[in-house]
Amino acid sequence: MNKFAKQLLPFCSLIFVFSLWTFLVPHEFLTTTNLTNVLSRSSVNMMMAVGMTFVIITGGIDLSVGTMMGMCGMMGALVMLLLGGASWADVAAGTHISLSFGAVAGGILAGVGCGAFCGWVNGMLITRLRLAPFIVTLGAMSIFRGVSLLVNNGKPFTVSAFTQLDSGRLLGIPVSVVLLAAVLVVMGFVLKYTRFGRYTFAIGSNVDTAFHAGVNVRRLLVSVYAVTGALTGLAAMITTSRASSAQPTAGLALELDIIAAVIIGGCSPSGGRGTLTGTIIGTLLIGVLRNGLTLCGISTNWQLVAIGLIIILAVAADQMATRRER
Amino acid sequence: MNTETYALRMERISKAFGAVQALSQVTFQVRPATVHALCGENGAGKSTLMKVLAGVYQPDAGEIHVGGQRRVFATPGDSLAAGISMLYQELDLAEHMTVFENVFLGRELMSSIPWKVDRTAMIAKTRALCKQYGFEIDPESLISSLTPGQCQIAELLKALMREARIIVMDEPTSSLSESEATRLFQIVRELRGRGLSIIYISHRMDEVMDLADDISILRDGAVVHSDRARNLDIGKIVKHMVGRELADFYPPRSVSPGPVYVEVSGLGTAEGIADIGFEIRRGEVVGMAGLVGAGRTETARALFGVQPLLTGDIRLGGRRVALRNPADAIRNGVALLTEDRKRTGLCTQLPCSWNLMLPNYERTGMKHVLRRSHEQALCLEYGAKTRTKWSEPDAPMSSLSGGNQQKVLIARWLLADAEFIIFDEPTRGIDVGAKREIYGLINELAARGKAILMISSELPELFGVCDRLLVMRRGRLVGRLNVSQTTPEEVMHLAAV
Repeated sequence: MNKFAKQLLPFCSLIFVFSLWTFLVPHEFLTTTNLTNVLSRSSVNMMMAVGMTFVIITGGIDLSVGTMMGMCGMMGALVMLLLGGASWADVAAGTHISLSFGAVAGGILAGVGCGAFCGWVNGMLITRLRLAPFIVTLGAMSIFRGVSLLVNNGKPFTVSAFTQLDSGRLLGIPVSVVLLAAVLVVMGFVLKYTRFGRYTFAIGSNVDTAFHAGVNVRRLLVSVYAVTGALTGLAAMITTSRASSAQPTAGLALELDIIAAVIIGGCSPSGGRGTLTGTIIGTLLIGVLRNGLTLCGISTNWQLVAIGLIIILAVAADQMATRRER
Repeated sequence: MNTETYALRMERISKAFGAVQALSQVTFQVRPATVHALCGENGAGKSTLMKVLAGVYQPDAGEIHVGGQRRVFATPGDSLAAGISMLYQELDLAEHMTVFENVFLGRELMSSIPWKVDRTAMIAKTRALCKQYGFEIDPESLISSLTPGQCQIAELLKALMREARIIVMDEPTSSLSESEATRLFQIVRELRGRGLSIIYISHRMDEVMDLADDISILRDGAVVHSDRARNLDIGKIVKHMVGRELADFYPPRSVSPGPVYVEVSGLGTAEGIADIGFEIRRGEVVGMAGLVGAGRTETARALFGVQPLLTGDIRLGGRRVALRNPADAIRNGVALLTEDRKRTGLCTQLPCSWNLMLPNYERTGMKHVLRRSHEQALCLEYGAKTRTKWSEPDAPMSSLSGGNQQKVLIARWLLADAEFIIFDEPTRGIDVGAKREIYGLINELAARGKAILMISSELPELFGVCDRLLVMRRGRLVGRLNVSQTTPEEVMHLAAV
């Protein structure tokens, strides 16, 4: 099976699932509203999956993206409200605060910065203390959720005036779509056409070789985790804007969907292999799948079972293809 | 001759992978109680033939007879059951388990209590087997605590416990020290004395001549010659292997050393080397001899910034340099071709071109953004310079033979244009033809005024390629010799005593 055929498998699965829902629930599934809804939900996941693609290509994993998203949303919203002139009492009570452009921009930056910082800390712990990414991000996962619940005693921050990343348009295109497109173009370029991208692959393929060839492994890994954090922060702010509030429980079990999307898209869990195209298809596949299952009236509990099975199937199919290659 | 007189008879074996005919009509016969050497360049079909014998590959045509009986090996299990055992280059042992646990892995002896293994019986049986063959190894020691030589003994125990009659050894001495290798040869003779047949694969001709009773030579998937060892000599074997005479195996050296470039003094690291001091002139090839574990690789690691210095300093071109990591070393014009290609040299699953470019983006003007056409051109140019055989520069590294992989790594450092190049075992596990080309490349680099340090465990190649020799023993430099004024015996004496 060549490179092209490997890309083909997730793509065909996407077409298959799409056709399946078109056949089973045509009136609900094949509407503009529904498809737009799927795309907008997937776009947030896709942004985070882009970072995760880099992490997994280096042979690492980031389990903390789901809860990080919750925390970044809380932090960004809090900063936004405070910059908007709200008192602590207003913030806690959830009174409507009108927000200046500066407050919104400051809040978004705070959310992104919070993510970047969290990712940076993850990266530093992994590289300086030489801990397994799995362990560090598992711990971080718990810490981030704890912090987001502590900030406002488990209550959300209401930012009803923060609509810019939801209904805002740039040349008639939703701002969130523009942001996602920018992220895909920039990161796609970085992965394929820069030294940084090559180093990312080299580290995932053989970290000792990369080190002996003069690659600054630590710095690169820290950057990869920080970028993943920043993208998670941006995704968090988009979600916050859509919900008009930051929920401390946002991003619950989201890491599952993100990692699943990346793996289904053909990234090797052991590192050194993966593409952004694959990740885009993987994210869409999971989005369409979940949407259709919901439309068919299947509970989220069963959806979890389905997603889990698909991850295992995807990896198994990939392994079989790789083995046949040898 | 009657088939029954052979321990193993592989008859007219053919095997193709796609369009590539890996084996064509190979007939290979092993007499009982002999050592049969299998020679051939990398890619000649040795490992394919052995994988057919191991039941890993199914032949397209041909028959296998063991002890006169026709056998079909559908799985590796069938081959094991027929009494055939393989000792691969990369040993196949569970590191965190003990010797006896490995020996009985998957076929544990059970005690009368259900589900409980009988440790005492397994240890006793292993010990008895050790005694029978005179192996000095503790059945209860952990594999991870053993030397490479002892690990091989553990592998042999595994084979013997399964009552193997035919043992295949693939490059068994490549990771062994000189004394361990000598011990292995004794063991091989001992096994032969007890009626076992050994198929011995090695690139080291002196070993082959020393051990083998019979020799078969493969070239391009066919047996080109098979004869008693006494009728052959190294020259004839090499001729059959490459299909041409290798009149001057080592390129002629015409040294005109320039000014001193590398000055090392009082070098010591936490890895057990101390007080290492030497100089290398431009255009000079200095060899480093010593037993495995003498501190040669550790010295290379210190010179390349992998291991921080505790004492001493390094001067390049008269300027003192601080090398805190390989990146520093590369920036200062130092290159290291590491000893363990797979572990520290290659990114196997990535394209050759990416491997070649890895340390070179900055100096080829691709500090951030790549230029694909420039990159392709560089890879083609340096691939040609090293005579690397690849289908295209973007072919995966795993599709290349060992020798060609090594050439890509040399191309990597050629492109880096380092002034001081360290070659650590540059010809380990690669075939004769590629070896010769690598010697040529080293020679060429020296002619261009580079300072070269070459670490090797093969004395003939040190004598053939180098101008001067450094000898190491137990972390110290114990000898500085001129190649023209010394002998291999003197070097061995310095290294071993």
